[in-house]
Amino acid sequence: MSNFSVGFRTNGSIQVLDLKGELDAHTASELEAAIQKCRRENRCKIVVNGENLKYISSAGLGVFMAYIEELREQGGDIKIAALQPKVYNVFDLLGFPMLFDIVQTEEEAVARFQQNGEQPDEPA
Amino acid sequence: MAQSVYKLTIPSSTRYLEDVRHFVETHARQADLSPEAVEQLKMAVDEACTNVIEHAYKGKGEHQIDIAVIVKPDRLTVRIRDEGESFDPKAYQEPDIFEYARRHKKGGFGVHIMRRLMDQVEYRKRGKINECCMTKYRNNRTPGHGEGQDG
Repeated sequence: MSNFSVGFRTNGSIQVLDLKGELDAHTASELEAAIQKCRRENRCKIVVNGENLKYISSAGLGVFMAYIEELREQGGDIKIAALQPKVYNVFDLLGFPMLFDIVQTEEEAVARFQQNGEQPDEPA
Repeated sequence: MAQSVYKLTIPSSTRYLEDVRHFVETHARQADLSPEAVEQLKMAVDEACTNVIEHAYKGKGEHQIDIAVIVKPDRLTVRIRDEGESFDPKAYQEPDIFEYARRHKKGGFGVHIMRRLMDQVEYRKRGKINECCMTKYRNNRTPGHGEGQDG
């Protein structure tokens, strides 16, 4: 049984991916499938919520890297939020903060998209 | 010098990476390494085993990887052995994330991570066996560069 899962939520035109568990070379294909699903559905503005992501290896980071340019060319982006400190350290180790928007909270990530004209869902 | 050695053999499949991380974590904790050092060891060993699976064995799962955690008073070394295609550390180039992103590249960070997280990374070839030894010193000092050392 995989120790990794991706949850899908939407916030207006923004796709939120909730990552949970350990993202390594075995489970990276699940993240890749999730991003490909977003692309198929033309949901190119993606916020990754890493609050429950416990571990990431370079294979997981590689998935983000493989799709970032393509999503940006289509007017979207991947913004990464709420990483645990030890997971953020891995992103930082490879210089990913220079390539990706990495912010403290999901709300902040959504706000970055909204600055570009996106509208969130109305509060329930 | 007194030392303890703990061994694990896994099939060459990524599905066993979690077991490897758990094995290394257990023995690194028992050896009283700091929580930060334990995390770094887990990740470096994960990267090394992933490289063996994907590059040395080309993703074929019928081979095996031998892992040993060697605990000495001043250091902890993880030794990883395989019989696949050898890695040439001299041919390795440091990754450029912007270039990789432009090329939609998914991999190429493993060795970089191992070198950054470990105090010492060495590659050897003994007959058909490739050996990668990664060492973390307890006092976090980086030793002098010895023969055969890479990183």
